Amino acid sequence: MPVNGIDSTGSFRSSLNRRRTLQSATNTNETAPARKLNGDLVFRYLTTFFAFSILAILALMLFEMTAESIPSIRAFGLKFVTSSDWDAVQELFGALPYLYGSVVSSVLALVLATPLSIAAALFITEIAPQRLGGMAAPLVELLAAIPSVIYGLWGVLVMAPWLQSTVQPFLIEHLGFLPLFQGAPYGVSMLAAIFILMIMVVPIITSITREVLLAVPQSQKEAAIALGATRWEMIKMAVLPYGRSGILGASILGLGRAIGETMAVTMVIGNSPNISLSLLSPAYTMPSVIANEFAETTSKLHASALMEIGLILMVVTLIVNAMARLLIWSVSKSAKGGAA
Amino acid sequence: MMHGMLFRKAKNHLMTLLMLAATIAVLVPLGLIFFHILKMGLSSLSLDFFTQIPKPTGETGGGMANGMFGSLIMIGGASLIGLPVGIFGAIYLAEYGGGKVSTSIRFAADVLSGTPSIITGMVAYTLLVVPMKGFSGLAGSVALAMIMIPIVLRTTEEQLKMVPGSLREASLALGVPLWRTSLKVTLRSALSGVLTGVLLAIARVSGETAPLLFTALGNQFWNRDITQPMAAIPLQIFNFAIAPYEDWHRLAWAGALVLVTVMFCLSLTARFFGRSRHSG
Repeated sequence: MPVNGIDSTGSFRSSLNRRRTLQSATNTNETAPARKLNGDLVFRYLTTFFAFSILAILALMLFEMTAESIPSIRAFGLKFVTSSDWDAVQELFGALPYLYGSVVSSVLALVLATPLSIAAALFITEIAPQRLGGMAAPLVELLAAIPSVIYGLWGVLVMAPWLQSTVQPFLIEHLGFLPLFQGAPYGVSMLAAIFILMIMVVPIITSITREVLLAVPQSQKEAAIALGATRWEMIKMAVLPYGRSGILGASILGLGRAIGETMAVTMVIGNSPNISLSLLSPAYTMPSVIANEFAETTSKLHASALMEIGLILMVVTLIVNAMARLLIWSVSKSAKGGAA
Repeated sequence: MMHGMLFRKAKNHLMTLLMLAATIAVLVPLGLIFFHILKMGLSSLSLDFFTQIPKPTGETGGGMANGMFGSLIMIGGASLIGLPVGIFGAIYLAEYGGGKVSTSIRFAADVLSGTPSIITGMVAYTLLVVPMKGFSGLAGSVALAMIMIPIVLRTTEEQLKMVPGSLREASLALGVPLWRTSLKVTLRSALSGVLTGVLLAIARVSGETAPLLFTALGNQFWNRDITQPMAAIPLQIFNFAIAPYEDWHRLAWAGALVLVTVMFCLSLTARFFGRSRHSG
């Protein structure tokens, strides 16, 4: 029987595969090489099994979420996202207040967080002395790792009382004519959720923006300086245009994080399903309603409605994250292309 | 001409100042959070915290011993499930990878790590809590494992890829079978990097709250049975922080201090491993 492990024409990997199949055919007669081969075969099956189990987990997740949502999709159809009735007793479920709360809180948090993060990242990479910048990077990463329940603890016990006693009365007194700042100061409110989300996503956006900025070629910056640009002009001419799509990607990644954020928001937003223009009134988000109601659902339909909210949440974060990754990826690719 | 130069310089200074101000604005709330955790945590921490279980409302004192035990058990369980899947999956990608299958596995891992953690809780609920007819520490472990797997997979794969191919080929040329080469040569050389990833993954799940809400549920009492509802530090912080009792707030601050300290130590250790690899 021709047993030939080395394939002179094929690649390393294909020669391995070939040897495996050839020798596994012989392993009924020969014992010594067969044992070695079984080890390889078992190892291959084992690693393949574990690798594929990741695909299985994702498939299972999507399947379970969809399957469990079907009763609710059947019962309410499109009305699920346009109605604001949420009545567990009458079994009427409409998720509009939660969608509204999620979109408003995360988008406004992002609007506040993005300029701050970009400015901070620029300061760390372009202006601060290198040693200081080197210190800031691990600090920012550490902050990004703090669990959200701790942000929530601080938010509900320190920030919300401060908002109630200081910031909200000030806003009502001086900007109360705007519909954004009407009503009584409750402390826990949409405003509190926006602030806590902003504090949470700033470290993420800053650290990714910093990486994007570090990828800007030194020669670009030196060229700007050589033309007589001030440091700010260099940033405006050479640094920002180069990193634009990467920075956009970083903030979209922050958006994905903000939409899915559960604990901190649940603790400070007040959990009241109303749609109000005022940022001072309590609101509700998609993850928060799941967190508060899922363990104590009153009926199958109630559980299914929450599952549908979860499904919407999952699909939205999937799209947002995919967009962010594509943008960041395009920058690192063009950076490599530029260097070559 | 001079005027233009002055204007440009002034603008440069103004923008620099603005960027400095933004950096300070970013750091102040974060500094405040640390300050409050330290201040409130240290003043609330006592020996009781580590030995007692929470007291009923109205009684002072008590601790989070049951939560620490529950967290340890559930993180241990999650590691038992998640580490083999993540590490062996990464070996598959590094050794047999390439092609569409590997790309889709990497994509699946990315999707999983981007999914809000509360969704993993819902899935673990339908997969384990419903059939077992009750909340359990086991379901909590599984939910945490689902969060751990993609992190471990991606960091391990990165580390395995950095091992030079010549090392692998040398081992294979000596007649060592591929599986032994993978474990004893490739994985061994990447070990400190892999360990860094593992520790960071453990640090990450030790603070997770949302996936435990409807899997482990939490428990006011001692429970050593993994098929029953289990307490966990993050869950206790959540429940005590939103309760209207001053004494429970103090416990929550103490819990936050302990949790942050543990996570800080884990990531310091991880950094240490990461660094020793580069210098050694």
